[in-house]
Amino acid sequence: MKPKVAFRSATFSLFFMLAAGVAAFGQTPTIEERLAKAESALSSAQTSGDNAWMLVCSALVLMMTGPGLALFYGGLVRKKNVLSTMMQSFILMAVVTVLWAVYGYSISFAQGTPYFGGLGYLFLKGVGGDPNATYAATIPHQSFMIFQLMFAIITPALITGAFAERMKFSAMLAYTAIWATIVYFPLAHMVWGTNGLLALPALGGKINALDFAGGTVVHISSGFSALVCAIMLGKRVGYPRSPMTPHSMVLSVIGACLLWVGWFGFNAGSAVAAGKLATSAFVATHFGAAAAVIGWLLVEWLRLGKPTVLGGISGAVAGLVGITPASGFVTPMSALAIGFITGIVCFFAVTELKKRLGYDDSLDAFGVHGVGGFTGAILTGVFATKEINDVFGGNPVGLLEGNKMQIVNQLIASVIAIAMGMIATFVILKVLGLVMGGVRVTGEDEVQGLDLSQHGEEGYNLDLDLASSSRTGTFFDDTALTTAPEPISE
Amino acid sequence: MKKIEAIIRPHLLDGVKDSLQTVGVQGMTISEVRGFGRQKGHTEVYRGSEYKVEFVPKVKLEFIVDDEIVDAAVDAIIKTARTGKFGDGKIFVFPVDEAIRIRTGEHGVNAV
Repeated sequence: MKPKVAFRSATFSLFFMLAAGVAAFGQTPTIEERLAKAESALSSAQTSGDNAWMLVCSALVLMMTGPGLALFYGGLVRKKNVLSTMMQSFILMAVVTVLWAVYGYSISFAQGTPYFGGLGYLFLKGVGGDPNATYAATIPHQSFMIFQLMFAIITPALITGAFAERMKFSAMLAYTAIWATIVYFPLAHMVWGTNGLLALPALGGKINALDFAGGTVVHISSGFSALVCAIMLGKRVGYPRSPMTPHSMVLSVIGACLLWVGWFGFNAGSAVAAGKLATSAFVATHFGAAAAVIGWLLVEWLRLGKPTVLGGISGAVAGLVGITPASGFVTPMSALAIGFITGIVCFFAVTELKKRLGYDDSLDAFGVHGVGGFTGAILTGVFATKEINDVFGGNPVGLLEGNKMQIVNQLIASVIAIAMGMIATFVILKVLGLVMGGVRVTGEDEVQGLDLSQHGEEGYNLDLDLASSSRTGTFFDDTALTTAPEPISE
Repeated sequence: MKKIEAIIRPHLLDGVKDSLQTVGVQGMTISEVRGFGRQKGHTEVYRGSEYKVEFVPKVKLEFIVDDEIVDAAVDAIIKTARTGKFGDGKIFVFPVDEAIRIRTGEHGVNAV
């Protein structure tokens, strides 16, 4: 009996519900309509979240160049070159932006060959509010574009550390603009662009290199170009006999800390969404930096007797460089290992290697970014795991998981970046040297300092009250010179 | 009138100044200077590159006193600036021809 009653009451209530549904027809939307509405609300919420994150990340990455790198490098040079060094970072925030808007983004990210993007996005044509599903499906295409721009800005700025204190401002502008065009934009396309030669399977790449946030594209390319710059420009006047000590370690510490914070945008932002991959990359980034500080300082303390502040902050930057390609592929424990190893390797690069080879890489752009970037690229091939980022469709990703080929792919990508950077730099500097009558300032200008000789300014005018300068020009009222001062009433 | 110039350790300046005031020194000019004598400098290491800093920071005091208190002033400096190690500095005493106070035009010891 019981089941029958239950059946009857169920039929009744079903009938009742249908009746109620029919009665309500015309006023309430259908299930389909409501579902569509809910779906669009969901995707709009995701877009809001992801887009908010990506805009913040874009700003963070810009902050790495200015003031981060500008302060870090500015503090390491001598007082007479502080402004010119900061200017070399700052000006790229303007120059690369214009190149990017006109053709840079297109060469980097438009459909094209495996080596170059096409001209589809020239003048940012079609890069607007609608997402580009290939690169970032949940944020406006323009957000992706502006995020990527910040990487293009900092990369040539990193090279400026190699030729600090001796390159003509005009030659530096020409070199970095051409370098961005023929090295950075194509390389970004190869690694991150649609059908890029070295891109991941999802983008249709042939040789799948792992470079989550720019170890190869940003650090290897800039670091090895920096080495060529240091060798071709030659040593600074007086190097290595005259002291060339950092004029303000305080500025450098502030700069390095800003770099560390900005790097969260750089690496975690490379997830191009505000999900768990971003968190994983954030954690890996922080852990890598921390372990590298300890690695560098440990070796420095043991070998040179004292743990230096410059060693600590250099270690942090080295670790951040090392973890950059790996940040979206490795566990927190692997991140500690990568940071620690990179910190130690970079210590030996800037102390032993530099001393043996005898080049004057003023601020160690090669030792930190070139060597650190290469170390990170290889270690990414070792430690990457599908547990964090399943980029090969369930197959093992890194060496420790059993993918022996990944190291080879990492090597191929590194060698391509090294070759492009070094050959292009050699050719650009040779040509510019002929066209511009040398890329280096005169000996006299160098001794005077680039702040005065290139920009007509000084970084610090702290004792201006001593009347060490007098104003000239049409606005100057020179009656003040001939009349006596007002008596001071007591 | 004599001019006394003393080069001392920077961190002892306050004690030296106080003791000079008690023996009657009215004013003085100081400057931050660098130099070396028998005290060796120090080394600084930046990313493994070692730099020898030979010129050590010192403070130079200059003041003018009446002949009568020259010895007292010199003793005051020695008493407060001495540590007994290399680098305590030097004192020089020079004759002074004239002193003029700009505000009033006074000459001689009164102007000091």
